[in-house]
Amino acid sequence: MSESAGLLDDLLAGKHRALARVITKIENRDPGYRELVSGLYEHTGNAEVIGITGSPGAGKSTLVDKLAEHYREQGETVGVVAIDPSSPYTGGAVLGDRIRMASNVGDMDVFFRSMSARGNLGGLSTATADAVKAMDAFGKDKVIIETVGAGQNEIDIVGAADTVTVLVPPGAGDNVQMLKAGILEIADIFVVNKADMDGADRTVQELTEMVHLGQGSTTVDAGHHGFDEVEMDLDMPTDTDPWKPPIVETVATDGEGVVDLVETFTEHRTFLEASGELTRRRRQRVAEEIRTLLRDDAAGLVEDELDDQGGVGTFVDGVMAGDTDPYTIADDVMGPIRDCIEEQ
Amino acid sequence: MSTDQSQRSIRCLVAKVGLDGHDRGAHVIARAFRDAGFEVIYSGLHKAPDEIVQAAVQEDVNVLGISILSGAHNTLVPKIVEGLKEYDAFDDTLILVGGVIPDDDKAELKELGVAEVFGPGTPMEETVEYVRENAPER
Ligand code: B12
Ligand SMILES: Nc1nc2c(ncn2[C@@H]2O[C@H](COP(=O)(O)OP(=O)(O)OP(=O)(O)O)[C@@H](O)[C@H]2O)c(=O)[nH]1
Ligand SMILES: [Mg+2]
Repeated sequence: MSESAGLLDDLLAGKHRALARVITKIENRDPGYRELVSGLYEHTGNAEVIGITGSPGAGKSTLVDKLAEHYREQGETVGVVAIDPSSPYTGGAVLGDRIRMASNVGDMDVFFRSMSARGNLGGLSTATADAVKAMDAFGKDKVIIETVGAGQNEIDIVGAADTVTVLVPPGAGDNVQMLKAGILEIADIFVVNKADMDGADRTVQELTEMVHLGQGSTTVDAGHHGFDEVEMDLDMPTDTDPWKPPIVETVATDGEGVVDLVETFTEHRTFLEASGELTRRRRQRVAEEIRTLLRDDAAGLVEDELDDQGGVGTFVDGVMAGDTDPYTIADDVMGPIRDCIEEQ
Repeated sequence: MSTDQSQRSIRCLVAKVGLDGHDRGAHVIARAFRDAGFEVIYSGLHKAPDEIVQAAVQEDVNVLGISILSGAHNTLVPKIVEGLKEYDAFDDTLILVGGVIPDDDKAELKELGVAEVFGPGTPMEETVEYVRENAPER
């Protein structure tokens, strides 16, 4: 039996160590990780995947901890993937989310895994999605993804979730700004966490207006900073999609509002299933996955071909010497690959 | 193929167990490891051995560094080692202990499976270098 076949069996048999190691292989993109993920696939699709994003310090991890505790009380098992940025200089990182997991001490049925961005922009969302698959195949009932809502990369990451939750802390007039980054469009549920703090009511009101207007933050913000020229790409199927992101208030530190939030998750789930949206989202994810894999493979082929033909340096020399240009080179290098494809 | 190039990183859990509230050393080590390019998970203060085991297993760390200045190493470290064995995580995890450990106890800890003990004043480069050289592959 190959190493990955053994590992896969152990994971499916419920061995925590095997689940941990599979995720490591996925993260490291070890040789053989594809075989593993491919083997996981047929065992996935049963977990409910919840994404949690929001500005740094919004209370995501604290909330995840309380959610996990709640699910455990209901007898459900939980997996958590928490993503932290890494230093672009050293690649090192202190992965700080785990420290908030205080309510599920020693409970192996809450499987918490910290992941670092490892400076690889595109690949992280793939690795996250694959780690979620590993937890799903392992048999986790709920899988929660936590990531800092900082940019496109993070938006892609929570895209692996069925239900995307955006945490907005009260106060600091920057909240609306943060939402501009494109997170508004992907939010299924807004959570105003730290509802015990001043300004929570106002934030709820702002969000309510924003959701009510349904046209993105542009309208709300129009008079504010003149950001209104930003055109939102809203490809929401407006008439088949009656879902308006609800706004839930929570105090993650003492668990207030967690029951409400879980009920809201359930409502969203019901909506996803009844409207066919779940299938649509999953199809979209699979399509994206196929494309990503193919892009990676194609890029690999091109690199190999480039090496075969003497490496990029030689071609650069040619351009610098004025003998040729990058366009001609690209055509030439692609030639053999194109020929292979056209022959079929 | 280039896209199959693996992206390995050394993952370390820096752990504080028991009632020991001395966390400066753990912070210093966590930062040094981060700056060395490692991925560091810090347990936070006052963790039970079980919690440390849970974290080490789930996070699949190559290195488990336990910081103890309370003098309770002789009772806490064996519990952690036992827990790791229970989950088949003992053999391929590098276990380090740092903090205030009397010389007389070092041999015993090493017998248990601790790879090395780093006391006060160990130059940081030495610790980092040791980890680089000894962290088991994943
Ligand atoms: C500062 C200090 C405190 C501070 C702690 C502040 C904090 N948040 O950390 C305060 C004042 C709170 C404190 C309180 C106490 N302290 Co005190 N404290 C010290 C002191 C003077 C320095 C510790 C320190 O921070 N050093 C600086 C850091 C950077 O060094 P370090 O922790 O040793 O870490 C280095 C190495 O050990 C190693 N390392 C450490 N961890 C790890 C982990 C890994 C993975 C690796 C690889 C390496 C590594 O690398 C670091 C860098 O080289 C020591 C004496 C000493 N010289 O060690 C006593 C000492 C640790 N304290 C002691 C005692 C008894 C206490 C108290 C019980 C006192 C009391 N009666 O109230 C309380 C208990 C508090 C508690 N809840 O645990 C004793 C412990 C005796 C023992 N072990 O048998 C010591 C040794 C003093 C003594 N000689 O008696 N203390
Ligand atoms: N007052 C109050 N504080 C909270 C609440 N939720 C979280 N906090 C505190 O906010 C701080 C940050 O909480 P985290 O859970 O670490 O926030 P996070 O969003 O996960 O942070 P990052 O992962 O670093 O982006 C901690 O000190 C929490 O105790 C809340 O509802 N009310
Ligand atoms: Mg967090």
